[in-house]
Amino acid sequence: MRLALTPSQTAGPFLAIGLPWADGPYVVPEGAPGAIAIEGTVRDGAGAPVPDALLETWQAAPDGSFAHTAVHGGPRASGFRGFGRCLTGSKGQFRFITLRPGVVPGPDGGIQAPHVDASVFARGLLHRLVTRIYFPDEPAANENDPVLRSIADPARRATLIAAARDGRPGEFRFDIRLQGERETVFFDV
Amino acid sequence: MTAASTGQRLPGYERPPAGVHPPLDYPPYRSTILRAPKQPLLPLPHGRTEVTGPLLGEGRVDPGDADLTTRHAGEPIGERIIVTGRVLDSGGRPVPGTLIEIWQANGAGRYRLDVDSHPAPLDPNFDGAGRCLTDAEGRYRFVTIKPGAYPWGNHHNAWRPAHIHFSVLGRAFTQRLVTAMFFPGDPLFAQDPVFSSVPAAARQRLICRQDLGITEPDWALGYVWDIVLRGPAATLFEPAEDEGEPR
Repeated sequence: MRLALTPSQTAGPFLAIGLPWADGPYVVPEGAPGAIAIEGTVRDGAGAPVPDALLETWQAAPDGSFAHTAVHGGPRASGFRGFGRCLTGSKGQFRFITLRPGVVPGPDGGIQAPHVDASVFARGLLHRLVTRIYFPDEPAANENDPVLRSIADPARRATLIAAARDGRPGEFRFDIRLQGERETVFFDV
Repeated sequence: MTAASTGQRLPGYERPPAGVHPPLDYPPYRSTILRAPKQPLLPLPHGRTEVTGPLLGEGRVDPGDADLTTRHAGEPIGERIIVTGRVLDSGGRPVPGTLIEIWQANGAGRYRLDVDSHPAPLDPNFDGAGRCLTDAEGRYRFVTIKPGAYPWGNHHNAWRPAHIHFSVLGRAFTQRLVTAMFFPGDPLFAQDPVFSSVPAAARQRLICRQDLGITEPDWALGYVWDIVLRGPAATLFEPAEDEGEPR
């Protein structure tokens, strides 16, 4: 006997009342050793910024471990929360401070390239959207990543790879387009 | 040692069957028109990132956060209610220690946020946000004010039925859920496209029930609403899930 699942509903236009945390975007404190920044803009199908979205991120620590709640698995990484939460600003912008995730075991003894899972919640989204953020300076790992390899169209695959910011080492840009031209790849999890 | 080095397998999670969640592309809810992706969602295998989830809550939640009526010097105006229930997975197992966050309009149907232009009064004694952690049996309990219905611009004379937004972190990335709880018998259900976006057979699961056993006499009516999250898949029957899973 399985219990029937509770349906999703939109987070609506007032999610800012209940969800943001002051330290949400800081998976590690700004300036922590090894800290990187991932920032971007969320845009809709008309190219307009989405100023009322909430992004959440979940990722491995640099050593590939997770500070997680699963019954099986590794120890929690020392002090690394692994989870970020950021409300978009008036121009649709977001910015997370975190550490680079490590490689994560994949099938057949292989690995998955370093990645960050991200959820998008907003008015107009009746269910969260899930995407993945990969890193541009991991070409070999990305080439062999089973999830990236499953995306046939290189242009679509490219929507999942953050851009290095010129002259700003450790800073990455990852724009999210909900719909239309260069629409970000979203996943059914 | 990590799961990978000990050779343990992490179970994947069941995939929601059709008929549970609303479609993303649902034009009667106008805000979906420019926000719902047009490309099909691609299947994401359940690897370690998906079957794990953050350890959050302790140190982030005070016991008083579950009572939305005692945050200010005075009492908020409206019908005081108790909302309680359990968070379970689809196998019937409790989901303990998970963070629930709620937000809602006040008793007059007004949210405490600048973007709410409904000309109903704000309540100086009501913020409309609460949070708690589920206990060992997956149970949560909030004390709040019954939210009012409110108009919105989706279509002519559109009104949202009274509801409380619920965010549940779950214990794995796959279990993350944002949803809403509605009240029994609301005459506004039929004209609300957000509620109606849910497949008909599943809509009842968004509606709480009044319960005199939860009600505190001479003080507050009680409502019960259980939340069911996805459970671990029976991997024996889902060999296709092996691909992409860690070993």
